[in-house]
Amino acid sequence: MENLLSIFVKSIFVDNMIFAYFLGMCSYLAVSKTVKTSTGLGIAVIFVLGITVPVDYLLNKYVLTAGALEWLSPSFASVDLSFLSFIMFIAVIASMVQLVEMVVEKFSPSLYSSLGIFLPLIAVNCAILGGSLFMQEREYGTLAEATVFGLGSGVGWFLAIVGIAAIREKLKYSNVPAPLRGLGITFILTGLMGIAFMTFMGIKL
Amino acid sequence: MSTNTEKEPLFSAKNLRLLTDPLNEKNPVTVLVLGICSALAVTVQLKPAVVMALSVIVVTAFANLIVSMMRNGIPGRIRIIVQLVVVAALVILVDEILKAYVYDVSKQLSVFVGLIITNCIIMGRIEAFALGNKPFPSFLDGIGNGLGYGLILVIVAFFRELLGSGTIWGYRVIPESFYMANGGFYENNGLMILPPMALILVGVIIWVQRSRSRNLIESN
Repeated sequence: MENLLSIFVKSIFVDNMIFAYFLGMCSYLAVSKTVKTSTGLGIAVIFVLGITVPVDYLLNKYVLTAGALEWLSPSFASVDLSFLSFIMFIAVIASMVQLVEMVVEKFSPSLYSSLGIFLPLIAVNCAILGGSLFMQEREYGTLAEATVFGLGSGVGWFLAIVGIAAIREKLKYSNVPAPLRGLGITFILTGLMGIAFMTFMGIKL
Repeated sequence: MSTNTEKEPLFSAKNLRLLTDPLNEKNPVTVLVLGICSALAVTVQLKPAVVMALSVIVVTAFANLIVSMMRNGIPGRIRIIVQLVVVAALVILVDEILKAYVYDVSKQLSVFVGLIITNCIIMGRIEAFALGNKPFPSFLDGIGNGLGYGLILVIVAFFRELLGSGTIWGYRVIPESFYMANGGFYENNGLMILPPMALILVGVIIWVQRSRSRNLIESN
């Protein structure tokens, strides 16, 4: 239990998807103009990460790693399909995103219309695939650990996008040098927020 | 052959613009906001940045070429999945080649090679260009955008490596005797090695670029 908690906190603050690995920057920069839409997108990302990381974990454990197919028949013990992981992960992610899109459209049409084009774009949000690839690289031991890691990364991404959106809303009232307006200042702000998040580094949990 | 099709020279002015525009006015990173995701974590040193840039150039160019050749056969509804499969196949090829020939760099890049799949530059260029244009211009567009991305990567990596560790491409530029430890006056800027500096450097690049070409300035 403590182990799970530490993975959760670590994936939110120490290994923050945006500030430590720059994953999901495209939608992070494009959607962070208002707090409302970025909250919606953040929740969608938590949701998708929370589903795809455990699914990809199972896929990785029972299909892709070396010798993983042994449960089918002992003769498959030497099969190593790990080179297929990119394609399998992205296929899982694309279909999950499709599913989430249909669910959101059915149950929350207002959220659906405010997310608009960005929901399908979650499929190519690097944070999602990055979550699965980090899960594979760091070799989490159990399904629970992988799920918690996925959720934690999602929450970290959510915090980052809502934070920057709030700052950008306030930024409208300040006098930014013209060439820095919009994209430039957002980059620099993200860098500063990243430095703030680095204070969490080296915390042993 | 129908006679009324306009014959265009292979490197017409229009085609050349496809190569050069993304370097400045339509730079994918600083103007179109594409492909930042995988761009910045690999820029601590020059070498991985160059390898990453080359991989992206190859993948964008060939993904654009292949999708453009198939563009009339892909049903609109499932095009994202088709595109992802094309890109993923290319990325697997690149990844295997990197693992075979430059293993240490491949280890350094870790998951970021795989993340080329979801690099927005590639999907963005496929959606915006390859689906509506002939294979050869799409190929050039792919190379151009890959170059534009690579340019930013190399600039950022150059400054981060120079200021952060005093080397370029692994070779020492600032002599050892300058350092405090050896009785000199110089100290590496440790901040440069940390991830957030990449973002700030890109911000500065945008600043410089937009002060030079003022038509790129956003209203707010």
